[in-house]
Amino acid sequence: MAIDLTRRKFLKISGAATVGATVALNLPDNFLLWAEEAGLVKATYVPTYCEICFWKCGAIAKVINGRVVKLEGNPAHPNSRGKLCARGSGGMGLLYDPDRIKTPLIREGKRGEGKYRKASWEEALAMVAEKMNKIKQKYGPQSMALFSHGCPTDHFLPLFSAYGSQNIGMPSFAQCRGPRDVGFELTFGENPGSPERVDMVNSKVVVLLGSHLGENMHNSQVQDFSEAVSRGAKFIVADPRFSIAAGKAHTWLPIRPGTDMALLLAWTNIIIKEGLYDKEYVHSHTNGFRELAASVREYTPEWAEQETDIPAAQIIETARLIGKNAPAVCIHPGRHTTWYGDDVQRTRAIAILTALLGSWGRPGGIFLATNATMPKLPAKPYPVIPTPPLNRGDFKFAGAEGVTQVIRTATLTGKPYPIKGWFVSGTNLMKALPNQQATLDAINKLDLLVVVDVMPYDTAMLADVILPECSYLERHDTLVVGKGKMMNVSIRQPVVPPLYESKPAWWIAKELAKRVGAGEYFPWNTYEDKMKSQCALWGVNYEELKNKGVVAFPDTAAPYFTATNPPEFKTESKKIELYSKELKEAGFDPLPRYVKHPQPAAGQFRLLYGRSPVHTFSRTTNNPELHELYPENEVWVNSKQAKALGLKNGDYAVLVNQDGVKSSKVRVKATERIREDSVYLVHGFGTTSKELKRAYRRGADDQGLVTRYAVDPICGSTGMRVNFVKLVKEA
Amino acid sequence: MPKYAMVIDQRRCVACMACVVSCKKENEVPPEHFRTRVLEMVEGEFPKLRMELRSELCNHCDNPPCVANCPTGASYKREEDGLVLLKKYRCVGCKACLAACPYDARYINPDKGFADKCTFCEHRIKEGKEPACVATCIGKSRIFGDMDDAKSPVRVALQGAHAEVLLKHAGTQPRVYYIKKFSKPE
Repeated sequence: MAIDLTRRKFLKISGAATVGATVALNLPDNFLLWAEEAGLVKATYVPTYCEICFWKCGAIAKVINGRVVKLEGNPAHPNSRGKLCARGSGGMGLLYDPDRIKTPLIREGKRGEGKYRKASWEEALAMVAEKMNKIKQKYGPQSMALFSHGCPTDHFLPLFSAYGSQNIGMPSFAQCRGPRDVGFELTFGENPGSPERVDMVNSKVVVLLGSHLGENMHNSQVQDFSEAVSRGAKFIVADPRFSIAAGKAHTWLPIRPGTDMALLLAWTNIIIKEGLYDKEYVHSHTNGFRELAASVREYTPEWAEQETDIPAAQIIETARLIGKNAPAVCIHPGRHTTWYGDDVQRTRAIAILTALLGSWGRPGGIFLATNATMPKLPAKPYPVIPTPPLNRGDFKFAGAEGVTQVIRTATLTGKPYPIKGWFVSGTNLMKALPNQQATLDAINKLDLLVVVDVMPYDTAMLADVILPECSYLERHDTLVVGKGKMMNVSIRQPVVPPLYESKPAWWIAKELAKRVGAGEYFPWNTYEDKMKSQCALWGVNYEELKNKGVVAFPDTAAPYFTATNPPEFKTESKKIELYSKELKEAGFDPLPRYVKHPQPAAGQFRLLYGRSPVHTFSRTTNNPELHELYPENEVWVNSKQAKALGLKNGDYAVLVNQDGVKSSKVRVKATERIREDSVYLVHGFGTTSKELKRAYRRGADDQGLVTRYAVDPICGSTGMRVNFVKLVKEA
Repeated sequence: MPKYAMVIDQRRCVACMACVVSCKKENEVPPEHFRTRVLEMVEGEFPKLRMELRSELCNHCDNPPCVANCPTGASYKREEDGLVLLKKYRCVGCKACLAACPYDARYINPDKGFADKCTFCEHRIKEGKEPACVATCIGKSRIFGDMDDAKSPVRVALQGAHAEVLLKHAGTQPRVYYIKKFSKPE
């Protein structure tokens, strides 16, 4: 009988030798699970935190014979609360993806040709270091730029600071959260955090502007979303698409894209006019109410109807619903907010409305971050560089994460000084930045492109040197000091040893540092040594942290304003700045104002893009566990429009944008769930990397169609919802 | 004797597919097969739309047609807790159960040839854990417990709520209950 044979075979193997990694890797998971059940092997459970996205959920890996067979949420961790999403549960798909980068690779053919030879770590590191040293000698250290996202940043940023460059660019700012953070900082003196401090579980009304929670799978936030729905919170969802969240809403407002500001200003106007704002809160804690009231007077519901395509009566009704439930109202600040180029001002409008309702620091609104901090380990100060960094461009309010495309432009033009090398880790720039051609042209001007990654994504396949990072399940990373309602510390630790010749980012950074004369900035042998010193300094028991995965500090919580926790704002005036003097002095509108954005011409659609709950950008498209659920994206188009174009569900079509750029073919989803003036794609598909064998050219790449972008003059972020496409049936 | 059942609170489901992946990994479900799925159904015309998100799985029926139609006695209803299970060694892969099941809950394991389906994670329940899909359900939409225990999460969830089963008229007496609407008027 089959089962007996397998059992005998297993006993023979385990009897013959100590079960090594090679043997274990050859055993199928179902066999291991059976063997465990039969009491032949014991599973071990190792806590760590996930990096399938960037929410940093505590996870527990079930390991049998050196193989990860299951990933579950860590019940003690505030971001997962014992649960992992589909992506987190499928994390071993990254670990065991046969398409992983297995050894260091050095480019042999022309850039983009995809021809590489295997190299030893010694050779690859020496080559990168030599080129970095050359660039430093010839142009100065600021001519090397770092692009990163997620945990690798924590290792490569110190490398770059020590090497002498502050030219860093993280797409998480200018292509994602930047304008929101800036808008809130200008208003409240601080941003709403990540995870966003939305107190939805206590809200009576929640407003989502384009935030498609549920499809945008941020674990604890979606848990709170479901909890809020279940508790009867009324959701007002403004979205051109009938999203999952819209399907749960009290009111769905199928808003005309590009007009969210009109809705926000009309709501503000009604709430002020009808006296529905929190007078005491506004009086005590804000500046500029009179100016605000005067400036929104022109934004009547009737006017907003014309702009937004939402009936005036519905605008009034929702404004009252919001006003009457204050302060237990959460206007979600959004996350990916780089839409139309006036995005700081739109998030300012959200922040202002939040202030009027008295929702900041109150139950059901935006709760307060803990003020607790952890001390830093004493460290050697980094060298002072005479050449200033260029990575914030001319944008006075750009954040410390830098403005990616400014570095790209400097690379192309050589001004204000040349950028000759890019070091890329944890981000697939080809899929993250608008205008792919510009990215490609810039890359072609470089003396050095190094990519450190787990998978051979599009950008890696353009690199001179590719360094294989091990997956998050095989490495140590920074201790995360989380600041939700309370402070907590989480650990990432290897649940299995690294596969192939892959190495953790900390090791790569340390080894490179040695070779570029910065070894003294990495004064520890292993990353664990560093973490142990940190824990000692913080009074955290390292062994306990290793065993539990997370240590919380409950006494650090102070989520709401109370008598003992009085309101305090970190703005210049120490008050909430409805009217922004800072913006005024910098030459911008001190109060948000409506700007009309172009709408698609006849026969065109606005290109919208978003998320699938089973994918993280382009990072997971090749993950076998997740590819199975959603192998390629589809283009959502209103069924009436589809019919007029002769398109049926499941047909293939291509998208052609205003500049003549064509997408690869993509299946049509003809649906009632979207406005007639827009089409929608899940972001991240249509990779051009042949090494991603499952994902190669599956679905359409939305970023390829984003040739135009509207730069926000306040913070430099790139509004990317400004492209128009035609839909053409593919024979 | 527990009487295991599941409640799907559809109001809380966001169709995130966490259950689907967790189930596949927990039970090593072969590629292209699933023991559970989530359907997204929308009715109406823009902009008057209504959405239903529905998780489906084996209903562990009290009158299971798969058991009645199994010629070898491989499919059975376990007496002590009412789980509908399968003795793999008795299964010949004839697919009678696949045809009989009105819920499309079964598949044939392509490598081994036997029929397979959701077991309510019988191996986890034994250890006092919840089924994998329930444990990881982001929206806490899936609820598991013992119908004979008034304090169990399923009984608590069903209290005062309007619940339905799928294909009631088929007479299968399913043990998976669906809560669709709010119990109290707004």
